[in-house]
Amino acid sequence: MLCKGVKRKREEEEEQEPASQDWWLEEASSSPSPQAEASPAPLPPSSLFNLSIFKLHHGLRRGEPDLRHLVLVVNTLRRIQSSMALEPSAPEPPSPAPVSPLPVVPDAPMCTSVSTLLDDLSHIEGLSDTQTAFPEDAPLSRPPEPGLDPGRPAPLGSLEILLEDGLEGLFDDIDTSMYDCELWPNLKTDSGETEDKTQGPGLDVSELDYLMDVLVGTQTL
Amino acid sequence: MLKSKILVIKYYLLDAEWVDSTFFWSLNRSSPGNFTPYLALLENMEGESIYEVDSEDGVGADIISTVEFNHTGELLATGDKGGRVVIFQREPESKNEPHTQGEYNVYSTFQSHEPEFDYLKSLEIEEKINKIKWLPQQNAAHSLLSTNDKTIKLWKVTERDKRPEGYNLKDEEGKLKDLSTVTSLQVPVLKPMDLMVEVSPRRIFANGHTYHINSISVNSDCETYMSADDLRINLWHLAITDRSFNIVDIKPANMEDLTEVITASEFHPHHCNLFVYSSSKGSLRLCDMRASALCDKHSKLFEEPEDPSNRSFFSEIISSVSDVKFSHSGRFMLTRDYLTVKVWDLNMETKPIETYQVHDYLRSKLCSLYENDCIFDKFECAWNGSDSVIMTGAYNNFFRMFDRNTKRDVTLEASRESSKPRAILKPRRVCVGGKRRKDDISVDSLDFTKKILHTAWHPAENIIAIAATNNLYIFQDKVNSEMH
Repeated sequence: MLCKGVKRKREEEEEQEPASQDWWLEEASSSPSPQAEASPAPLPPSSLFNLSIFKLHHGLRRGEPDLRHLVLVVNTLRRIQSSMALEPSAPEPPSPAPVSPLPVVPDAPMCTSVSTLLDDLSHIEGLSDTQTAFPEDAPLSRPPEPGLDPGRPAPLGSLEILLEDGLEGLFDDIDTSMYDCELWPNLKTDSGETEDKTQGPGLDVSELDYLMDVLVGTQTL
Repeated sequence: MLKSKILVIKYYLLDAEWVDSTFFWSLNRSSPGNFTPYLALLENMEGESIYEVDSEDGVGADIISTVEFNHTGELLATGDKGGRVVIFQREPESKNEPHTQGEYNVYSTFQSHEPEFDYLKSLEIEEKINKIKWLPQQNAAHSLLSTNDKTIKLWKVTERDKRPEGYNLKDEEGKLKDLSTVTSLQVPVLKPMDLMVEVSPRRIFANGHTYHINSISVNSDCETYMSADDLRINLWHLAITDRSFNIVDIKPANMEDLTEVITASEFHPHHCNLFVYSSSKGSLRLCDMRASALCDKHSKLFEEPEDPSNRSFFSEIISSVSDVKFSHSGRFMLTRDYLTVKVWDLNMETKPIETYQVHDYLRSKLCSLYENDCIFDKFECAWNGSDSVIMTGAYNNFFRMFDRNTKRDVTLEASRESSKPRAILKPRRVCVGGKRRKDDISVDSLDFTKKILHTAWHPAENIIAIAATNNLYIFQDKVNSEMH
């Protein structure tokens, strides 16, 4: 930063550079030096992947999604996924086991560990592409975006392969007709492996909505 | 040292009633109206917050969401998250006090947009004002366009400072007189009254957009304007509200193929057939409306290849252009992406002619900025009147200015603490470790909730308006030209 009469010396700049990584290293001890490598994300790609999935679901849950935000997250997700697919070791599936804690950001509103992220994911509904939407039956649901085709799911390659095991059986007794979304439906299903956690403690959103429908009379017990 | 002028206006929301109080001190200014050099700007920027809204229900409704000077700089409009528009007017320099600098006082306040409910989609439409654009003044009235996510409105701002008195058939209160009491005829005369500013909605341009409107731009022909949402751009005639022409449509046939959205758009300041729009992938497209009705095929595509040494998962997000502005001359375009501002020459599509780093120290923190969503923040940028200085906001209530000629840059802070009365704004510095000077801010201490997204520069003078959350700061340079 320059102001009148005071010039930043070249030596100061050179001294500053090596020290600039300290902040990052302190907070994320398991992450590599961010500036040294070509892929500067200090987190393992799988954590970023989980984070992106979470953001995607969070964005889709909103009444009217922020299209720019969603598009950017999806594109980032695709980049991460292709990078994970290219890695020589087997790509780490986004399992419930915590991978590594995310760096703590002072004003980050979101949770800071992967396991907590996945707990949140398990409470997010709308994870099935086996049912079609019946908006007239569920007045509380978010209707599909006009003009979107409930078309074929966009293939995400290895992502699908990783998660298709055991997906079908999990959805047999869960009615998610209220929460269908045509926007990137395949990405929705990819966190289906956490579906087993939907029976978690307490009432969640889908149960409350189901009860509401019963009360309103659109559903019968 | 020159005395500084401070203008403070506070608005307190009390049961939906506005109460304002204005304080100002006089100042000495000896170079009225001249465009002062950038050096003066660096050294003598001073001012203070002039608009602060304290609402009972919290800060949410009152965050300033847009700031715009009109074409002469006499008026300054702000829009906020609660759908309100506040217009400030610059006081003319009076003959009695020739050194009194024109100050900005509140001229009018009105509710532009209300929250709406879309029954078809069961969605609430926010009343937040996304953009305000002034129309060039064509008569005594001022007009502006304000828009939220879905609806654009044309407002007419008129003054009334006289009223007719002495009607024959009506009395003072407007009640009809008993005709038997009327014995003679009189001609009503105009008598002066307290200035009343009236704002009325003249046009409502609704139902033109499926997606969220991110920008509006008035054409130089003063008859048409365009509005852009994430996937489409519409051309409207200012007098016609029931139809608009779609001039850009990037919606794919299959929404699953969607990879890019429109982020900003603007008409060329002189050529009424040219406009530019930016995308989330960092490209700019210049379109010519004479070429075809639907301008999906661009005339020029401005795109800089990705720097392989800086490649990361977040490359695309940080390349997303959040604002695009033509220079006043019409020769250049200014774009803002997450870490830089770039100047583009309309004659060169391959890369920008100038790139300025706004806060490169954030490059190594992109992952955590992605986590807390700050990486998606949309900063605006602005040219000064002579296109020699560009300005943009950053975090921690910092804003940055770059002089294109001298290549000097400065970081200033918009905050009450640092803007003491009669104090000159002190340049700030962010240190990234290593040697730290006094008053430096370290990167770790930056407050990412204090972001300056909206800034505006007076069209001719060195006056800038900075929106910092719910505070509006107006800074003016105070230099005495004799000091140089």
